[in-house]
Formats: sequence, structure tokens, C-alpha cells
Amino acid sequence: MTKETALAPETSHPMDELLRMDRIPHIWCPTCGLGTIVTAFAAAMEKLELNLDDVAVVSGIGCTGRVAGYVKIDSFHTTHGRAIPFATGLHLSNPKLKVVVISGDGDLVSIGGNHFIHAARRNVDVTVICVNNFIYAMTGGQVAPTTPLTANASTMPYGNFEEPFSIPYLADSCGAVYVARWSALHVRRLTTAMAEAMDRPGFSLVEVISPCSTLYSRRNRLGTGLDLMKFYHDNCVIKHGADTRDLAIGFQDEITVGKFVDRERPTYIDSMNEWYGKVFGDKYESYEGSAK
Amino acid sequence: MTADPRGVLTGEHYLDGDHAAAEGALAAGCRFLAGYPITPSTEVAERIASRFPRVGGVFVQMEDELGSMAAILGGAWAGVKSMTVTSGPGFSLMMENLGLGIMMEVPTVIVNVQRGGPSTGLPTLPGQGDMMQARWGSHGDYEIIAVSPSSPQEAFDQTIMAFNFSEKYRVPVLVMMDECVGHMTEKVVIPKAKDIEIVPRKVYKGKKKDYLPYRVDKDMIPWMVHAGDGYRFHTTGLTHDEKGYPVMNADCQELCVRRLVDKIRSRVDEIVVLEEEQMDGAEVVLVSYGISARVAIPAIERARREGVKVGSLRLITVWPFPETRVRELAKKVKSFVIPEINYGQMYYEIERCAAGQARTILVPHGGGWVHDDEDIYRAIKEGAK
Repeated sequence: MTKETALAPETSHPMDELLRMDRIPHIWCPTCGLGTIVTAFAAAMEKLELNLDDVAVVSGIGCTGRVAGYVKIDSFHTTHGRAIPFATGLHLSNPKLKVVVISGDGDLVSIGGNHFIHAARRNVDVTVICVNNFIYAMTGGQVAPTTPLTANASTMPYGNFEEPFSIPYLADSCGAVYVARWSALHVRRLTTAMAEAMDRPGFSLVEVISPCSTLYSRRNRLGTGLDLMKFYHDNCVIKHGADTRDLAIGFQDEITVGKFVDRERPTYIDSMNEWYGKVFGDKYESYEGSAK
Repeated sequence: MTADPRGVLTGEHYLDGDHAAAEGALAAGCRFLAGYPITPSTEVAERIASRFPRVGGVFVQMEDELGSMAAILGGAWAGVKSMTVTSGPGFSLMMENLGLGIMMEVPTVIVNVQRGGPSTGLPTLPGQGDMMQARWGSHGDYEIIAVSPSSPQEAFDQTIMAFNFSEKYRVPVLVMMDECVGHMTEKVVIPKAKDIEIVPRKVYKGKKKDYLPYRVDKDMIPWMVHAGDGYRFHTTGLTHDEKGYPVMNADCQELCVRRLVDKIRSRVDEIVVLEEEQMDGAEVVLVSYGISARVAIPAIERARREGVKVGSLRLITVWPFPETRVRELAKKVKSFVIPEINYGQMYYEIERCAAGQARTILVPHGGGWVHDDEDIYRAIKEGAK
């Protein structure tokens, strides 16, 4: 390398192809986990050598809901809670697409909870990346269905007394074929999990524990985003194959991470084709999508 | 272009309005339906569930109407003609993603077989109480297109018409049926596929680097591309610029939302479909739609036999409202008589357009049954005074 080339200014970024650089800077706060999570997602797509023309991202509403706006692939920023049924329609009409839902915990398991459980039950071939920051951040720090017991939120000003959901347990019990949980600190493992999830036919779920220093951390006096990353470093315990009944997250307690479920079940379209094949015999043309 | 013969059940049939709407959807090329069971619309979904596997379509019974409406938007973005079907309570739930469909400009069709309301109301009995909800039910400001069939034959024809409108103007289109039309069985003639006109979607096929999802020229209708076509586009329910990117200010709101309104409002004359009868020299005009148009026939005929000059104006498209025509008529006639199975909804539009130049007489009915034609007759006589 000559001295001249070493000093030449960088005019491109390795992720230029994957991100809508004309939308940068993004709206997320400093030390938010979402930047890392989007990077991991992009790396996972690269790892799978996916043709980006065939990938579609669907998001709901909230901080994570904004992911769809920053990835340079077909991307849909939908209504609050409805990313999964929107993705269901996209996938069933064109099963050749790799459809990924990236949204937050409030969006996916509170207002969108009914869609989450039924998509898992039907085993619709979509990957769901659920970013869990334990709070409604976009609206200013209200209690979420994932807020740990006793943690403070603006609508639980004396601490949360509602039992939270364990997202991997919910996904497992509804039939998801792949269930993993990592934090925004576990970049390599998270990337691998996202790639595995996208590679599995059927409803796959990756929960990502993500720091929210602006609201969750500040309201609960947990320090900066960096302090939360340190907390994940010291308190996340990797237990692959852990029983999903044991994955509840208490306030500032140990967080179990790992790959918990990896199994095969026929997808919605597989089941439909198999059954109609039996019912109609040769008269049935196996469905591969009606999009032209 | 003409219909794909694979979905067209050419011939003479004896069908109820629900089944006829299902056949209309098939003939129009609909190959994705997401729905949730609700009386009195369920038969549309049932017929589609039975027919789709044999024509290469997918029917999915969703967990609720929120999901149904969201799913058909996804289906349309994948390039497949998509529809959902419901009745009052489900229609209320669909308002959320109807708004998304309007904002993202997604061609889709929603069939609402109206029953008595509010709330659970009268599940098995007729109503026409969702007419204003059809116009204003989702939050924010917009324009919408809605049709209202009066017979099973029209349920077939107007479902095709609804798909054609939705494709042409890139807007969700509502088929505002009622329980009577939905459950009444009559002869339905399904033409040959080559005789069914289908309006194709305005699809962009230019260079990828030049594509902007919401750029328009004079017609105000953006070019659509589909997921997987390689354009790597973005779309959102937020106020957006021509790139489809969110922009949070009043200037962009004006550009974005004014066009959603103007693309319909500026074309009212090409969208509106009316059926007029004996309008020359009419002193009273009976304005009706759906089942009420048929219930009014004996009342109109009786008044005519007694020498009252009654014209009939039937709204085939109910939204956008035919303002121009009603204003013209208001200058010439004594009164408008409006029978509706509600306590006055389309009536207020007619009253607004009549602007005091002609009387407006509402013949209300709370729902659960159709009007007694005696009540309509009396209103016509009153209007002729």
C-alpha cells in the first residue's frame, strides 16, 4: 500500500448496499441497541448470501418500527401491531420472498399479540425479530408487556406489578420452529441466530434484549447505555436448549440467552399443498404463489 | 384487458348476493382473500375458500378483522389482487388498516354486507347504517370509492367494478351490500371471460435507479411495483414524500394528503355511476341505493298511477357523492325523497347539495327489516305538495 492510497478518504461504507444512506442520520438515541441490531441483520443477510431483491422487511410502530425505513430492500412501515398479518399476506401471495418482521416488544406481543400467536400456530414462513427494550420508548416510557416486575415506567410510577410475558416461552408454546434470545451485546451470536432463523422454513423468532438509555435506564437509574451493555456482559447466561418455561426476566436479574428451540414442522403452505394434494389428487396444482 | 378465464364461471346461475360477490372477485382476478367469519357476510368467504384451491388462489381465515385487512394490503403489495369481506363490527376493526391502504395507495376491495347496528346489533338482519362510516370511518382526511349493489347480479358486476376502480385509482374500494341483497337468491348471468373488462394495475417497468414510489404526473396516480421486483422500495403509513420516506411537516402533509383527496375528487365525474329513470319533468326524485331502491319500486309506481311525476335516482356508486347531479336536480324539482335503513346518512349529503332549493324528505328505518312501501309512498305524496 502506498502512502497516497492509505491517506485517500473513504467515500463508501461497507453497508452502503444494505442501508438507505440518504436517510442517515437515523432518529435513534445515542447508545440505543437498534444500530447494532440492524448491523447484525445486514450481516445475517450477507452470511446467507441472500439476493436482496428477494427479501422484504415489515415493521410496525415504535422505535424498532423505524427499522423498515433504513434498510435498502423492499420495506413496509405498517400500523401498530399489524406487521405480522401484513407479512402473512405478503408471504402467502409470494412465497418466494424471504419475509422478515422487525418490530418491538410492545408492537409484537401487546397490540399485535393475537397476530403473533396465530402466525406461530399456523407456522407461516416468516422470521420475527423482536427487539425487547422492556418499555414503550417512542411514546415516552410507559409500561410494556415485557417490563420486569418492580421496574419503573411512566404509567407504573410506583413500579410495575403486572406479570410480564416471556417472549420465547410464548413463541415456543404457540409452535414456533426456531426460538432464540440474545442481547445487543452478543453481536456475532445474534447474527448467527438471525441467519439461522431466516434459513428455517416456518415461523422463527429471535428476541433481542436491547438497551434503552433514554427511558428504561434513566427511569430506573441504571446508568447509560454502556452501563446496560456491561450489565448484559456480566449477567447474561448462555443456556442453549433451556426449557422456555424458565426464561422469565426479573428486574436486574440474570438473563438467560441462547438457542432454545430448533425443530421442524410443516409450514402453512406445505400443509395446504399436502392436504389439497390428497383431497384433489392430480387436479390440484401445488401452490407456489400467485404473484406474476 | 379481459378476465382470466380460469376464475370465471360463465353461465346462468341461481346465486345469493354473497356468493355472487365471491364470483365477481374470482372473475376480477382476485387470488388472495383474508377474512374472519361474521354474519351475514360469511358466505362470501366460504365460497372463496371452496373455489380458490382450484384456481390457484389462497384463502386464509385470519385471527380477526384487524389482521384480515392488514393481510390483504400485504397481498396486494406482493402483486396479487386481494380482498376481504365483513359486516359492521368487523368493518369497524378494519378502519385502522383501511387508513393504511389509503395512505400507501394499495388497490384492494372490502365487501361489507351491512346488518343492523350499532355494536353487535342485529347480526342476521339488514341495515344500511355504515354508509357514513364507509366515507369517514378511518381517522384523518381522505376520499374513498364505494359502490352499493341492489341485486345478486349487481353484487357480481359491482365487485368487478370495485376491483377495476381500486386498480385504476390505487385506493381501497368498498362494496356496501346489505343483508337483504347478500342473502337474496336470484338469477346471475356470468359472461364469458373475454367479455369482462379488467383494468390493469399501473405498474412501473422503468430503470430501477429512477423509480420513486410516489412520484406522479398529471393523473396523480403513482406507478406501483411489487415486493420482489428488485426496486427495493419503501412505503409507510406516515406522511411521506415521493420517495416514500417519512417527512414530518405541514408542507409534506399538504403535498401527500391533498393528492390522496384530489386524485378522487378531481375525477368524480368519471367515477360516479347513477341509474336515472323518468327524470324529465319530475317533481319528486326518489334517491336510493342497495335494497331500498327495490323496496321503493311499488311506492313509485303507485304514486305515478296517481299522476305524481316521480323520477328515480339510484346511486350505484355511493362515494364519491354525485354532488353535481344532485345540485342540478335541486334547481328543477320540488323535493327529494330518501328511504334508507338508518336514521339519515346519505340523506345529509342530499340535503347539503339541495342547499334549500328543493325539499329533502327522509324516510328512516332503524334496521332489522326493509321499509314498508306505504311509508315511502306517503313521503312521495308529501314531496309532491
